[in-house]
Amino acid sequence: MTAVLPQRPTGGRLIDQFEYGLDAPICLTWELTYACNLACAHCLSSSGRRDPRELSTAEAEGVIDELQRMQVFYVNVGGGEPTVRPDFWHLLDYAIGHDVGVKFSTNGVKLNKARAAQLARTDYVDVQISLDGATAAVNDRVRGTGSYATAIRALENLAEAGMKDFKVSVVVTRENAGQLDEFKALTDSFGAQLRITRLRPSGRGADVWDELHPTMAQQKELYHWLLANGDGVLTGDSFFHLSAFGEALPGLNLCGAGRVVCLIDPVGDVYACPFAIHENFLAGNVRSEGGFQRVWQTSDLFTDLRSPQTGGACTKCAHFDACRGGCMAAKFFTGLPLDGPDPECVQGFGENALAARELDLVTPKSHIDHSHKGPVRGQPTLLGMPSIPAKICDESPLAGLDLR
Amino acid sequence: MTGPDAGPVTVPSDEVPFDPSLPWRKSRSVALRPEPFGALVYHFGNRKLSFLKSRPLVAVVTALEEHPDVPSTLRACDVPEAQHPAYVTALATLSRSQMIERRTSVPPTTSELAAGPCTEADMRPEEGLR
Amino acid sequence: MPEQTETETPVPAAEEVLTEESLVEEVSIDGMCGVY
Repeated sequence: MTAVLPQRPTGGRLIDQFEYGLDAPICLTWELTYACNLACAHCLSSSGRRDPRELSTAEAEGVIDELQRMQVFYVNVGGGEPTVRPDFWHLLDYAIGHDVGVKFSTNGVKLNKARAAQLARTDYVDVQISLDGATAAVNDRVRGTGSYATAIRALENLAEAGMKDFKVSVVVTRENAGQLDEFKALTDSFGAQLRITRLRPSGRGADVWDELHPTMAQQKELYHWLLANGDGVLTGDSFFHLSAFGEALPGLNLCGAGRVVCLIDPVGDVYACPFAIHENFLAGNVRSEGGFQRVWQTSDLFTDLRSPQTGGACTKCAHFDACRGGCMAAKFFTGLPLDGPDPECVQGFGENALAARELDLVTPKSHIDHSHKGPVRGQPTLLGMPSIPAKICDESPLAGLDLR
Repeated sequence: MTGPDAGPVTVPSDEVPFDPSLPWRKSRSVALRPEPFGALVYHFGNRKLSFLKSRPLVAVVTALEEHPDVPSTLRACDVPEAQHPAYVTALATLSRSQMIERRTSVPPTTSELAAGPCTEADMRPEEGLR
Repeated sequence: MPEQTETETPVPAAEEVLTEESLVEEVSIDGMCGVY
């Protein structure tokens, strides 16, 4: 079955071009493993336990070879915790040796002084440390006891080693939205760059979204903070829905899923974006004939996403051009229609839509869940579970592994 | 923004003005990926990303290293005279983000150029990347 | 009803585009949504 592709416009705005898709992603997220030493309450990939079907080292190298051929210049490597893969450092070298720049996202567990020094000597690698509170009290409630200390230690090691341009990535929540200035001061103190991103109701995030997502008032404050302080603060374009407040924030301001970005997961599944790990957004698998390239270029899902999207009710809103109807994943996982408002629509239409949902609505849940089954040392207290004290040496993501 | 220019394009006061009468080339730290609308240009060193929104501009950027200056490159690529100022402005933008760099050696006269930086040129360790 | 407000990025008419728009657009590598 071949779809008749919509005619691409000539000239005009870049984002109009991107909405029709590209022959290769501009950048993509690659989750190397579902294993993780932490059990963050809001984990977008529901990580914790390694999946036995994970891509092998050779298969991962094959993916890198493809990315090189497709001229994907930059990949964002994450997980789970990517550094717990024994071949992580090899794959890093392999990627940069094959014209693929890497940014990897980590909780810092493996970034001792030696690794920090190694990274500081290596060009074409960017490091991003995850942190969700400017203080241990705020951070550890979501990421677990000891996780703040681990992150700070990594930041210290990187700074001491002379690493340049490393990043601290924060998911903005109701609990840390008031700490933006402190986050900036913290990153400044390490010579790092601050990155703040949007909490989506994805993965375990769905379980905590109601209590953790910023209030409307906080969203407005965040927007104004970005306008006033945003020079040099990265956002991953994740707040484009806030552009409906007025002046657009820097970035492409569009949903890149399946058009300019996508996700490759630890077992080679290709999803439209890392916030949409669900069967409905699964485009294919890199292990199939034609590999990643064939999935990116010809999958039904991506072809569908690359035709003009109907904004539905939102197109009548004066702000549609700025917000483009918001985040597909945020709508999907809160049980809202994709052609309606974003649940955090700044005009308030999302709140109305949420209230109008059926009382017995069961929001979509992915069957992809690699969460730790049993209690985890240092687990987050957000969900009210008792905190088991963390031991610094207990880093193994396989501790308490429940083999499937 | 575009505007008619006979000489160097004006830039912020802390920068050297772009001089189209000098020889230029696409930076060696840069990868260029053709697209239906033009090209994607990525600088591995500074992580900057630019989009060239016309196919002729892509040809110009690629051809720069074969010509002694910008005007001769534009003529060789059949860019209409009326569009020259827009192209000069575009190249000035690219030079500010280091996507194109000053060429300080003569264009190669043979096709067997040794791999690696020329001695006179400003070098960056490439470590296996184009 | 949604209020009528100015949008900040008016789309130029097709004929004006070629003369007025820039031939180069710079974007941050961090500037696209759907990435870690």
